[in-house]
Amino acid sequence: MVDYDLNGVEEDMSFLEMLDVLNEELVAKGEEPVEFDHDCREGICGTCSLMINGQPHGPDSRITVCQLHMRSFNDGDSIVIEPFRAKAFPVIKDLIVDRTAFDRIQQAGGYISVNTSGRPVDANAIPIEKDMADKSFNAATCIGCGACVAACKNASAMLFTSAKVSQFALLPQGQVEAAERVQNMVRQMDLEGFGNCTNTGACEVECPKGISLENIARMNREYLSASVKG
Amino acid sequence: MSVLDSKVPSGPLAEKWTKHKNEIDLVNPANKRNIDIIVVGTGLAGGSAAATLAELGYNVKTFCYQDSPRRAHSIAAQGGVNAAKNYQGDGDSVYRLFYDTIKGGDYRSREANVYRLAEVSSNIIDQCVAQGVPFAREYGGLLDNRSFGGVLVSRTFYAKGQTGQQLLLGAYAAMNRQIQRGKIKSYTRHEMLDLVLVDGKARGIIARDLVTGEIERHSGHAVVIATGGYGNLFFLSTYCMGANVMASWKAHKKGAFFANPCFTQIHPTCIPVSGDHQSKLTLMSESLRNDGRIWVPKRLEDAQAIREGKLKPTQLKEEDRDYYLERRYPAFGNLVPRDVASRAAKERCDAGHGVNKTGEAVYLDFEAAIMRYGKEKAYTSGIKDPDKATIRQLGEEIIEAKYGNLFQMYEKIVDQNPYKTPMMIYPAVHYTMGGLWVDYNLQTTIPGCYSAGEANFSDHGANRLGASALMQGLADGYFVLPYTIGDYLSDDIRTGPIPTDSAEFDEAEKNVRDRIEKLMSGKGEHSVDYYHKKLGKIMWNKCGMSRNAKDLESAITEIAELRKDFWENVNIPGSSDSKNQELEKAGRVADFLELGELFAKDALQREESCGGHFREEYQTPEGEALRDDENFKYAAAWEYKGEPKDAVLHKEELKYENIEVKTRSYK
Ligand SMILES: Cc1cc2nc3c(=O)[nH]c(=O)nc-3n(C[C@H](O)[C@H](O)[C@H](O)COP(=O)(O)OP(=O)(O)OC[C@H]3O[C@@H](n4cnc5c(N)ncnc54)[C@H](O)[C@@H]3O)c2cc1C
Ligand code: SF4
Ligand code: FES
Repeated sequence: MVDYDLNGVEEDMSFLEMLDVLNEELVAKGEEPVEFDHDCREGICGTCSLMINGQPHGPDSRITVCQLHMRSFNDGDSIVIEPFRAKAFPVIKDLIVDRTAFDRIQQAGGYISVNTSGRPVDANAIPIEKDMADKSFNAATCIGCGACVAACKNASAMLFTSAKVSQFALLPQGQVEAAERVQNMVRQMDLEGFGNCTNTGACEVECPKGISLENIARMNREYLSASVKG
Repeated sequence: MSVLDSKVPSGPLAEKWTKHKNEIDLVNPANKRNIDIIVVGTGLAGGSAAATLAELGYNVKTFCYQDSPRRAHSIAAQGGVNAAKNYQGDGDSVYRLFYDTIKGGDYRSREANVYRLAEVSSNIIDQCVAQGVPFAREYGGLLDNRSFGGVLVSRTFYAKGQTGQQLLLGAYAAMNRQIQRGKIKSYTRHEMLDLVLVDGKARGIIARDLVTGEIERHSGHAVVIATGGYGNLFFLSTYCMGANVMASWKAHKKGAFFANPCFTQIHPTCIPVSGDHQSKLTLMSESLRNDGRIWVPKRLEDAQAIREGKLKPTQLKEEDRDYYLERRYPAFGNLVPRDVASRAAKERCDAGHGVNKTGEAVYLDFEAAIMRYGKEKAYTSGIKDPDKATIRQLGEEIIEAKYGNLFQMYEKIVDQNPYKTPMMIYPAVHYTMGGLWVDYNLQTTIPGCYSAGEANFSDHGANRLGASALMQGLADGYFVLPYTIGDYLSDDIRTGPIPTDSAEFDEAEKNVRDRIEKLMSGKGEHSVDYYHKKLGKIMWNKCGMSRNAKDLESAITEIAELRKDFWENVNIPGSSDSKNQELEKAGRVADFLELGELFAKDALQREESCGGHFREEYQTPEGEALRDDENFKYAAAWEYKGEPKDAVLHKEELKYENIEVKTRSYK
C-alpha cells in the first residue's frame, strides 16, 4: 500500500478526475502514475472498477466509480483504493484486473443462434408483452463491471450470469436454446473459479445498474428445469 | 479526371444495390476457409462485420484496445437507431429517410451510399429483434418509436436511454457465438500501431499488446478499419477517453485518403464544462428534445442574476423566457438538426444570455412535458379533477420511464434535480462525419483496406442526423461490407496465408519500434495531457463551432509548433515493455497533433458554410449558413505527402440525380 497526499481537489470533480490530478502530479515528479481502468466515464462501458473504502464503486449507490463525485467525501478524508479482488479476476497492474472470465461465460452461450447474414422475419411479427420486454431490458442493462463479484464474500458471478440468462429467458426468441444456454453458461462460470452463491444479496446492493436478485432465482429455475429435461 | 473512383454502380438509384450484389464476385464457402480478415475495432461496425464475416466462413481476427469487445464506445449511444419501417404509418419510406439524410447532411454526401443505407435500415431492426435485443415496446406488444431532430416522422427505435448498449451487446453476442465456434480470434487490450502493405495491398497490421508491451505482427488478406471517430482531438468531447485516430491515421500515411476532416458534429445538448479539471463531457441524448424546451432569459439582467445565483430559473415568468429555437425555426422548433441548434445556443450565450457561472449554458426544460403527460395520464386512469401535485407526480413518472437513466446521470454530475429545475446544457464535440475516404464498396484508396462505421466518411455529409450513426455502423457491418469485400477477396482464393516474416513486416515493425523509442526519449518537460489539453483549446477556439480564415491560419501554425514541442519535450515515465498508459496516450496524441493541422487546412480551403462547418465569412444576413454549391459541392479527400501542410487535395464531385439540391430550411 502506498500513501499519497493530494491538494486542490474540488467538489465538482469526479473521482477519476481526482486520480487524474494525482497522476499528473506523479508524472511531474518523474514517478510512475497509478494505473486504473476507465473509458467512457459515464457509467455505461463497465470498464472502471475500484474498491473504495471497501465498497465496489465507492460509497454512493447505483453508480459506477466514474460517476462518483468528490462531493461525496469530506476535506481531509483518507480514502483507501484497491482493485476488485477475486480469484477469477487476476490483477494485471496497480488497480487493473483481468475480467476476461466474463467474456468466456458469454461465449459459452450468451446469444441466440441466428445468423446475422440471414433473412429474419419482420421485427413486428412476434408481439412481445411490454412488461416482459421491459424486464428483459432491465436484465440486459448489466454493464459487466464485476462489482457483484467483488462485493461477494464467495466471489460468485451469479448476478452477472443470471442477468444474461434472464434477458433471453424472458423473450420468445430465447426459448429454443434456453436449456442448453443456462447449462453451458453455468458450467463455464464454475470452470472460471467463481464461488458459489449463498444468497447474501451483497451483489444486488453494490450493482451500479440495480440488477435484481430475481434474476438469480430465475436462473436457478431455468437450470433446474434444464437438468430435469436432461 | 479525378483519381477517386467512387465505383457507384450504374442504373436507377433504387436498383443499384440489388444489381451490384448480383453482379459482384463471390467467394465460395470452401474457399472462404482459406482467407483471413483482420477487423480492427469491435464497436457496432467492427463487431457486426466480424460476426458476419466469420459466419460466412472467413477466418477473422478482431482487435480492440479495451479489455472486452463489449466496451467499445458504441455502448454509450443513448437515443436510438433509425429505420424506415413506417410502423407508425406517418408516411415514412426508404426515399424519405434517404432524402432526410442527404438534406440533413447539407448536400455533401454521396447519393448512392445514402440510398443503400436507407434501404437496408429496416433489416437492421429485424435482425436485432431476432438476436434478442430488447427494444422499447408499446402496450400492444409492438415496437415503439420516437422522433429525432431534423425530421418530421417517428422512425427511431430505442431501448430507453441505452440503445447503443443494447445494440452493441447484440453484436458482441453474435461475435461470441463465432468466437466459440473458433471462427473469430479476439485480441483485446491490443492496439493497432501500423498498417502493413505488401505489393501495394493491405496485408496486415502491427499491434501492441497493451498488457505486456509486446509488438506483434498479424497478417490477413484484407484489413477492415472500424475504429470509430476522432473527436477526442478536441480533448473535451462526449467520446470515451481512449478514442483515437491511430488506425485510420496510419492507414492515411500508407496511402488511404482522409476525407472531410473538418466535418465535425457539435452536439447541442451536453452537460456544460464545470472546471479546469474536466476530463470529458457527457451527452444528454437528443431524444430529450422531443419533450424538453430550450430557452434562455430574454433580459440580460435576468441572465446575470441567474449566473450570480440571485434568481432561479423556475421563478422566471413565461413571457420573460426566450424559446429561441421555437422563435427562429417555427416549423421544426426544438427539433432542428444539431448543427443549427448548437450554433443558436452559442449565439445566445455569446450575446450574454448564458445561464451558468461561465455563461456557457442554456436551459432544457421539462416542466411543460411533465404537466402535459401528467394530465393525459390522469385522464386515462380515470382520475377526475386531478390536483397539480398529482398531475406533476404522474408526469414525472412518465418522464422517468422515458429518460430515467439520463436524468439520473445528470443529477449525479451536476448535483441538481432535473425533474424540479431545468437542465443546463451546452454544445460539445460529439461525432466526426469526416474519416477515411471509401468507395461504394467501403474500400479505401488502398486495395484491401476497408473502413466501416464512424471511421469512414460516407453517408452523413457535413452533418449527421440523430440516430443515424448506429444505423450506419450496423448497415456497414451486417449488410454491406461482408458482401462487397468478397468481390476483392475472390482474387485471393489461391494466395495462401500471408507470411509475417517478409521485408514489409520487418520494416513496419522497425518503424513502430523507432517511434516508441522516440516518444520515450522526450526530455520530460510536460505530461501527455498537457499537450492534449493545449491542442484541444486550439481546436475548440479556432476550429470549433464557428471558424474564420484568420483563426484557421493561426491554428495551423500553432498546432505545428505544439507538435514540435511535444516530440522534444514530452514526459513519459515507465518503460515501453510493460503496461504503460502514459505511452498509450502519447501515441494517440501524437497522431491528433498531425490530424489537427490537416483538419484546419481542410476547414480553410472550404470557403463556404455547410452543416457543422460554419465559416463566419459565409453567412446570410440572418446568420444562417451560406453554402456554395457551385464551387464546393465535393468531398475533400486528402492524400498524405509527408507533413500535414503538404497534403494534396483530391475532389470527389457529388452528383445529385435523384434529389433537388436546395437551401436547407427548417423555418
Ligand atoms: C455519448 C454518445 C451518444 C450517442 N448516441 C447515439 C444515438 O443515440 N444514435 C446514434 O445513431 N448514434 C449515437 N452516437 C454515435 C454512435 O454511437 C457512434 O458513431 C458509433 O457507435 C460508432 O461506432 P463504431 O463501431 O464506428 O466505433 P466505436 O464503437 O467507437 O468502436 C471503436 C472500436 O475501435 C477500437 N479501436 C480504436 N482504436 C483502435 C486501435 N488503434 N487499435 C485497435 N482497436 C482500436 C476500439 O477498441 C473499439 O472497439 C452517440 C455517440 C456518443 C459518443
Ligand atoms: S450484475 Fe451489476 S455488478 Fe454485476 S457485472 Fe452486471 S452491472 Fe456489474
Ligand atoms: S468508465 Fe465506463 S463505466 Fe466507468
